[in-house]
Amino acid sequence: MALLEVSGLSKTFGGVRAVQDVSFAVEPGVVYAVIGPNGAGKTTLFNLITGIYTPCVGEIRLGGQPVTSLPPHALARLGMGRTFQNLQICMNMTAIENVMVGGHLSLDRNLIKGMLRFPAVRRADAALRERAAALMARVGLGDQLDVPAASMSYGGLKRLEIARALAATPRILFLDEPAAGFNPKETAEIAVLVREIADSGITVVLVEHDMKMVMSISDRILVLNYGKRLAEGTARDIRADPEVIAAYLGTAA
Amino acid sequence: MRRARIGLLVLAAILLALPLALPNAFYFDVVNRMAINAIVVLGLNLLIGFAGQISLGHAGFFGIGAYASAVLTTHFGWSPLAALVAGAVAAALLALAIAPPIFRLRGHYLAMATLGLGIVISIVIRNEATYTGGPDGMPVPPLAAFGFEIGGEREWYWVLAGLLLFSVWACQNLIDSPFGRALRALHGSEVASQVVGVDVTRYKVTIFALSAFFASIVGSLSAHYVGFVTPNCAEFFHSVELLTMVIVGGMASVFGSVIGAVLLTALPQALATIEGWETVAFGVILIVSMIFLPKGLVPTLAAKIGWGR
Repeated sequence: MALLEVSGLSKTFGGVRAVQDVSFAVEPGVVYAVIGPNGAGKTTLFNLITGIYTPCVGEIRLGGQPVTSLPPHALARLGMGRTFQNLQICMNMTAIENVMVGGHLSLDRNLIKGMLRFPAVRRADAALRERAAALMARVGLGDQLDVPAASMSYGGLKRLEIARALAATPRILFLDEPAAGFNPKETAEIAVLVREIADSGITVVLVEHDMKMVMSISDRILVLNYGKRLAEGTARDIRADPEVIAAYLGTAA
Repeated sequence: MRRARIGLLVLAAILLALPLALPNAFYFDVVNRMAINAIVVLGLNLLIGFAGQISLGHAGFFGIGAYASAVLTTHFGWSPLAALVAGAVAAALLALAIAPPIFRLRGHYLAMATLGLGIVISIVIRNEATYTGGPDGMPVPPLAAFGFEIGGEREWYWVLAGLLLFSVWACQNLIDSPFGRALRALHGSEVASQVVGVDVTRYKVTIFALSAFFASIVGSLSAHYVGFVTPNCAEFFHSVELLTMVIVGGMASVFGSVIGAVLLTALPQALATIEGWETVAFGVILIVSMIFLPKGLVPTLAAKIGWGR
């Protein structure tokens, strides 16, 4: 059974139809890419699925359960995680604290216990810190644990987004342009990382502009254009699809 | 965290040694008022500095506590402790009841809503003259519990010093706990905290209620300590004083709260010669610190000498 099923999803902003009647399904354990020209509605689609926006029409199911219009924090409980294209990092905190926020739901968040410093809360927090440090090492930030996030480089912050999302141990992870602004070497590192994440059992849904990366790591690809589904299939299908080629390269007049 | 603990030990040492240095009851009184303000400001800073939510009506909660202690003991014969608890619970419940709609608002709108709340509370206190004595205020009996009665500046000093130390310790713990981390995270990025499972509204509401709870407790203690309450304690200017202490001392800084309270409580004493102009002085200090010390005294100095929080 598909882990994520999206059917007939639409969203309009004023007169702009950002996403129109988009349907697709993501099988567990795959890397599923969403591509399309700028303004095709990829990020809007992510925002609809992860609860940032409420869809006008359509249904979303996660693991068979309807999750349409649930708020983001409720979706997080059901195992949905994401990163942001325009970085959403807590600049008032250190790098590792940002990652530890990702593990929020795994901890006892009781106010009184926290205020009175219950030993069990401290122990769980210390364990989370270890796990966060390991995740930071995994994304290549092992040497920046206690650095203030505000003083990190753009590339560091992009990796930090991934580490934070992983700290939530999601079932399905939405990565919004994880390699944007990266050089080819860094992009290759991110590609390897994304593939590893998927191979570890976390389903990955990816928006990315770097076609080399998308084609090399994606099991299936959805192509959007002007908010509509243009094509869906394996990398090979997509490369050969005349409509996709037309959308990307333009057609002869 | 280690630095925070060193700070706590230093504060404890100062509080232990201070009585030896204070020459008379007048100075004890000034220090007691500093401690009272510091405890309220600690709670307010959790809301403003750490969670990033403004409140311009916090004196209202202080007033609820002060008047619960005054009215329930005088008119209804409650024991001071029961009145204190009732006031704090009422303040927290009021905060819980009105917070969900308030926290749908942000920025200026949130400031306006909390401002309105504070004004409503102070108007109620002013108008219910049968119970509250109206604008003239009313006397409050001394704080007595379990057969003991706290009287005099020196006895109050130990009560307030102990409470201040506990508050600083509890605040440090809270900030360093999973709850506190989520609070700081929603200040940094609401959407990022939401997608990792932080129920943002719930956290804002909870910390608002907690800071109201503490403001009310301190309001009660303050009423018993002074022995008299007037509606001024619940009014807008008192809210602004508290806010100024947070900003001057340092937002999101535990010791900033204490330093801010100490400085701005001492200020009216220093300005006694220009009586009537204290309000102007507060305004000037607020403006100057917003321009030159936007992060507040303690965080700015800490950054200068290379310390973190």
